[in-house]
Amino acid sequence: MSIIALPAEAVVVVGAPMSYWRTVAWRLSRDGATLGAGLLLLLVVLSAVLAPWISPHDPNAGSIRLRLAPVGAPLHVLGTDEQGRDMLSRLLWGGRMTLLAGLTPVVVAFALGTMLGVVAGYVGGITNTLVMRTMDVFYAFPAVLLAIAISGALGPGLPNTLISLSVVFIPRVVRVAESATVQVKGLEYVAAARASGAGVLQILRYHLLANILGPVLVFASTQVSLSIILAAGLSFLGLGVTPPAAEWGLMLNTLRQSIYVNAVVPALPGLAIFVTSMAFNLVSDGLRDAMEIRA
Amino acid sequence: MSVALLEARGLRKHFPLRGGVLQRTQSWVRAVDEVAVEVRAGETVGIVGESGCGKSTLARLLLRLVEPDAGRVWFDGEDVLRALPSRMKRLRRDMQLVFQDPYASLNPRLTIEDAVAFSLLVHGARRAEAREKARVLLGRVGLDPRLYGRRYPHELSGGQRQRVNIARALVLDPKLLLLDEPVSALDKSVQAQVLNLLQELKAERALTYVFISHDLNVIEYVSDRVLVMYLGQVVESGTADALAESPKHPYTQALYASAPSMDPDRRMERPPIAGDPPNPINPPSGCRFRTRCAYAMPRCAEAPPALLPVGATHEVACYLYAVGAAPMPS
Repeated sequence: MSIIALPAEAVVVVGAPMSYWRTVAWRLSRDGATLGAGLLLLLVVLSAVLAPWISPHDPNAGSIRLRLAPVGAPLHVLGTDEQGRDMLSRLLWGGRMTLLAGLTPVVVAFALGTMLGVVAGYVGGITNTLVMRTMDVFYAFPAVLLAIAISGALGPGLPNTLISLSVVFIPRVVRVAESATVQVKGLEYVAAARASGAGVLQILRYHLLANILGPVLVFASTQVSLSIILAAGLSFLGLGVTPPAAEWGLMLNTLRQSIYVNAVVPALPGLAIFVTSMAFNLVSDGLRDAMEIRA
Repeated sequence: MSVALLEARGLRKHFPLRGGVLQRTQSWVRAVDEVAVEVRAGETVGIVGESGCGKSTLARLLLRLVEPDAGRVWFDGEDVLRALPSRMKRLRRDMQLVFQDPYASLNPRLTIEDAVAFSLLVHGARRAEAREKARVLLGRVGLDPRLYGRRYPHELSGGQRQRVNIARALVLDPKLLLLDEPVSALDKSVQAQVLNLLQELKAERALTYVFISHDLNVIEYVSDRVLVMYLGQVVESGTADALAESPKHPYTQALYASAPSMDPDRRMERPPIAGDPPNPINPPSGCRFRTRCAYAMPRCAEAPPALLPVGATHEVACYLYAVGAAPMPS
């Protein structure tokens, strides 16, 4: 008599398979640093979106008598700036501008760059050479210099900032998308799809994009923090958002002369830039780890 | 003799090697040079040779995944290389490929059910119908669709993935299956399972196989006829038995001598092969094997030997067997 004979079901107890995105969500839920940074980011984005409703004062209403009030002053929790405008309100409103100027170029670059990169990578040959060498021309300039040059040529203002930053980020995204495409294109599952008669569009949709969008998205998310810093930098130099609009980089610039009078208030916009870009970095790092396919 | 299901003549593919600032062609890799293949319905043709001898390129040329530089391919009497795109798409249903690398050959973002169903979707099947057919086939290759259908490739072992690959190739009901080193990446025990599965499927579905491998034991086990390739050329062809009993070409002899055998009587004391194959970028003049051949003669460097019959179904490209040549020392 055999006592180790198991009922058939006992041998095949296997956990329910998880879909890819549920696996990613599950991994993210166990990653404390990413969750914390994500929460912080959510807070920043929410406060920027809700600024018109939650800011205690008009961000552009100044008061000669109340200039450079310290943090904790009555009615002005975070003090006032050099024109007596409420810092909390300006930081909330400034976040709208900074996030807009930081996110838009990356989103634009992600869309256009992926398209260009996939076409260059998949078609190959002379198209690839043409696209990639053109991108190299832009890539040859340091990001800051290129942004300043284009903004300088186009003139100050938010739309021009967005254009110049998009131009800075497109070549980077194209590069990542192209190399990912070339790599995936050479894999056997693409050859198998071709062998079964699949057309270019079907291969692009089911096999290529599905496999490169993840890495490109992660790369783009790492660029958001850089974009925020560049946008703030352009405003700081007077090439971005024009006064009196509130924007973190611009606030940093106009407050910098006051640093000897009140050291804390001028540091606040800088702190906001630092915290936000840091949070974006941490989230994109966590996203990269979570989206990795473990064989 | 029945008409060939797949026939190729004078197939040639040279890949350009580009370099320098202007990306000009510096030299050519002669991957496949003047190769002729004939596969009759229902048989298994084995193609054997060392790594880099052009076996995989040949498979891709036969399926027109790579356009040949010269030569013609007929499938079921139809000129494959002249087929227009829409006709080509139809033809592809009848000839499918199973790849060597069970890891790179499955899209990591598709469940194995969808990976198998994809080919059907390409040919206009409805999604539910395609999935159902995919599940049936997964079951046939030994993967319970209820357990594995919704899984992703990285959750499967190499042998399981290769079963998925076989299911994917079979889902379109092809007549011909090209197997490019289908078991080379697998453990010996798993190899046997997959080989047996392939044999069963062949009988069940009246398939024709072209089986590519560098492993002589595997080739001998599955093939009716064998082509031996060296540096992009066929050096010997014949029935599997004829080749195993009396390999003619010095390269084939060396291959058999170096293949491990369980039978002490079959351990031959033939000259073992020395060195690596020469670079296919600049193959030797004349017979390409002469640089490693123990019997090389002056005329071997002059012109490449033609593939000539040495038996009813046995051909070899070697001057040792040319008329008037000295008999082969053994």
